[in-house]
Amino acid sequence: MKLLKEYKFTIVLAFVMLGIYLTNNLVGTKAFKITLTNIKEMLSLVPPIFVLIGLLDTWVPKESMIKFMGQNSGIKGIIIAFLLGSAAAGPLYVAFPIAALLLKKGARLAYVLFFLGVWTSTKLPIVLYETVSLGLKFTVIHIGISIPAFLLIAFFIEKIISQDSISLIYQKAELL
Amino acid sequence: MNSTILYTIALVFLFLSFVKDRQKTKMALLKAWKSFTKLLPEVLAIMIFVGISLAVLSPDTISKLIGSESGLLGIIIALIGGSFTLIPSFVAFPLAVSLLNGGAGYAQIAALVSTLMSVGIVTLPTEIKYFNKSTAILRNFMSFVVAIIFTLVIGEVMK
Repeated sequence: MKLLKEYKFTIVLAFVMLGIYLTNNLVGTKAFKITLTNIKEMLSLVPPIFVLIGLLDTWVPKESMIKFMGQNSGIKGIIIAFLLGSAAAGPLYVAFPIAALLLKKGARLAYVLFFLGVWTSTKLPIVLYETVSLGLKFTVIHIGISIPAFLLIAFFIEKIISQDSISLIYQKAELL
Repeated sequence: MNSTILYTIALVFLFLSFVKDRQKTKMALLKAWKSFTKLLPEVLAIMIFVGISLAVLSPDTISKLIGSESGLLGIIIALIGGSFTLIPSFVAFPLAVSLLNGGAGYAQIAALVSTLMSVGIVTLPTEIKYFNKSTAILRNFMSFVVAIIFTLVIGEVMK
């Protein structure tokens, strides 16, 4: 029953896809094929990343993460957030559990939010792909606007959400 | 390629961890499994949703919506469309190139690419699960604003 509840959207959408297949064979098959490709792509990235998250979670002591990305880590925290975000691979939903791990280990919320921002604009594999596809000028402008903007946004969000809701985020991360 | 590197790195560290401490390694794997099953329901739903939308919206349809002469309306459609969908980059960039070749403006492409990457309405429930409502909504909203600024700049600079 719990499983059914967790997967309710998956089940509903699977039926929608089946419905499409029954009304339009071609579109239904295409939808199924694209879904399958996406799932393959997901399986090529997510399991090893989660194994690494699990290992980091058990081996890296909280103190060292606080030193690198904690409240008082200053510019070092920003640089590490940038490096982590740009070295990343995979879509945004992979970044959330990594962000949760960083929070659990005591990283500052603003740095974790900046990490997400970098992930959504300056991931190295994507930057290369973007440069080849859309040109250097396009990519440089994209990064040049995104990085400062996401840095500002990270500190801004940390500032305007309440202390209580920040504590709640950290409590949630503990459950990782 | 990414995948092979990632799997290799994970396996090497898993092996090192196993040699050092079996109990801890077991714990790490359990945690990995727990995170995986936590993320899976949302991700599967997202995958099917994306599959359906990409099948229904053919490249032809997309070209009509945000292609050449779609103007401001095309930019708005691209901004909103990019926020909702989650297209893997290996689909998105070739699509962007073919749109450009088909005569679409850089501004529409900028709107699509930037929102695709940074704004995720479909992944919002997942984001809320890991953070909370206000943080997730704020982050997406502000990323959307950044995407608009980027689009305007590209529209000015790359005509």
